[in-house]
Amino acid sequence: MREIVRYRELLARLIGRELKVRYKNSTLGFVWSMVQPLFLLVVYAAVFSILGTSFADFPLWILCGLLIWNMVSTAVLTATSSITSNAYLVGKVRFPRAVLPLSMVGAALVHFFLQMLVFVVLILATRHQVDWTFMWLVPLALLVSVVVASAFALLLSTANVFSRDTQHLLELSLLAWFWLTPVIYQYDRLALWLSDHGVPAGIFLINPLTSVVIVFQRAFYGRASVPTDDNSGQIINLLPSDGPMWYLRNLAITGGVGLTLFVLALVMFDRAESRFAESL
Amino acid sequence: MVDAAIVVDNVSKSFRLANDPMRSLKERVLGLGRKGHQEFVALRDVNVTVNRGETLGVLGHNGSGKSTLLKCIAGILPPTAGQIQTRGRLASLLELGAGFHPELTGRENVFINASFLGISKRNIARRFGEIVDFAELEQFIDEPVKHYSSGMYVRLGFAVAVNVDPDILLVDEVLAVGDERFQRKCIEKIRRFQQEGRTILLVTHSAETVRQICDRAVVLHHGDLVANGKPAEAISEFRARLANERGGEVPKEHDGHPAPTLIGAPTVRSPDGTTVMTIRTGDSVQFRFDVEADVAVADAVVEVELKDRDGRMLHTTASSPFRLSGGPMSVTMDLEHVPLVDGEYPISIRLLETISGRLVDWRDQLDTLFIRNGPARDGLVAIPATLTVTNPEGDAVATSTTATAGVTAPTAL
Repeated sequence: MREIVRYRELLARLIGRELKVRYKNSTLGFVWSMVQPLFLLVVYAAVFSILGTSFADFPLWILCGLLIWNMVSTAVLTATSSITSNAYLVGKVRFPRAVLPLSMVGAALVHFFLQMLVFVVLILATRHQVDWTFMWLVPLALLVSVVVASAFALLLSTANVFSRDTQHLLELSLLAWFWLTPVIYQYDRLALWLSDHGVPAGIFLINPLTSVVIVFQRAFYGRASVPTDDNSGQIINLLPSDGPMWYLRNLAITGGVGLTLFVLALVMFDRAESRFAESL
Repeated sequence: MVDAAIVVDNVSKSFRLANDPMRSLKERVLGLGRKGHQEFVALRDVNVTVNRGETLGVLGHNGSGKSTLLKCIAGILPPTAGQIQTRGRLASLLELGAGFHPELTGRENVFINASFLGISKRNIARRFGEIVDFAELEQFIDEPVKHYSSGMYVRLGFAVAVNVDPDILLVDEVLAVGDERFQRKCIEKIRRFQQEGRTILLVTHSAETVRQICDRAVVLHHGDLVANGKPAEAISEFRARLANERGGEVPKEHDGHPAPTLIGAPTVRSPDGTTVMTIRTGDSVQFRFDVEADVAVADAVVEVELKDRDGRMLHTTASSPFRLSGGPMSVTMDLEHVPLVDGEYPISIRLLETISGRLVDWRDQLDTLFIRNGPARDGLVAIPATLTVTNPEGDAVATSTTATAGVTAPTAL
């Protein structure tokens, strides 16, 4: 860990390298990652205007959860192959290997910030009401997601050195993980389904991203429940109507679990690290 | 222990071979029944101490474990047994330009490469000019390195590594690349390092490099440290091992054939019979060596080759077929008025069997012919030449003559 701190400049450079390489030879460069949320919004808006949405600003609702989900999934996915794809470096240069997966998390984070920038502009442009009483939870939620992503980045990049199946398994797992996270559908619907089947809703917090995603949704979408689109006067519950403390409690739990996982991942990484060069 | 910079204490390193670690689940499942795995021992109980300020050469043929040793010292590979201690900041040049990203520019890569070596941005910015200067890449530093020639690549890599102020520099074979001028520059830089009291560990299979720059040398042979001493001693041990190895390899290829021949080291003589080390361009010279065979070779042919240092064949002479059997037969080759310019010319000897075309035995770079005239000249061969410049009136205004001796004698008229 101390090594990583000592090499923080390398970490920053590798993040820069990752971003530069990705946009080398493209005229628009960074604009591409900023265009993405805009494009997603247009696509969702188009799709749901045909299919019919169930509540107002549905495309915006999706983006609230999708951007942070994308951050985590991109970070974990790119980090997993970060050591194997830099085999030539690992075999020839000595440096703390953990900077490789961690730089991928960093690069995903930079992208996320760029996209959030566009997202905020979109919110302003559509004059959507955010809920300021929940906004302070957003940085915490982001922190938790970074810790969780880093833990998985370290674990899976190590696993991938010893078995390349990790990468393929992960691609499938991410698909399942996405649908286990209330991004497209609303948390409340799931909680309802769970309680109908006699399962405590708390079980859903096992997925560390749930508590993160619902904070983003609560703060940026701004409402826990909305009337339906059809003017029937019916109300759709999106999220629990609890106050910020309920959300904070969830974050604290997943944050604690994430941190433990991260420390374990570091210890394991530290042990496995010296065997990387000859296993590649 | 006097101020050791590197202590390698009883280090062994072995690798698992074949499917271990099994890379995919499929292999793992199918491999369940298989027990054990082959081990390959790359280093066996190696003990070396490098004192501060010393330049140590590590000689060894391919696969002798010399690169493994360097990687262990660099901290890239963990030793299987034993311990390694290093004192001071260590920069390793296991491959020039390792860590360069082809899509990024030279400038960007310099900064990334330096941070791999743990150098802060501020420090490297301060030395950036020096690095670019040394690499001679002013014009190209903002080009992506994928457009660089291999020479440019190597120059930049070396420039970064030597400009990060390491206490210990580990170099693997990298001096063999780059053009001659750059090699000289690298060697100069290494000499300056030596004067500054830095420790250098140099892995190479070039005895010449070791002779030029090392204080001490060790020889690795199949993972064992077989020599540790003055460069000259280590080089002769290295040569002996190499010769043994090659002599032993041949019969393996042609089953049942015992080690057939002995090719002695040639002596170089001047026409009056005295042994010489160095001749001048245009001098005549005689090589003389013995050949011996345990098993008769019915129609042997001896070939003597003269190459330049880049391995280009300059001259070859082959004998007519003869029967090689029994006691030592002596071979002499007379070269008259050798028209080569200043340089070092390795002598190689090959013994062939004409019927089968089989290479019975060979010795590469068994000895070296040195040609020295004083002022060095460019080119490959010395051709007696006269160059005259004539003005419109038909008067020669400048003439120069190159005698066979290779010395230009300019004459002003």
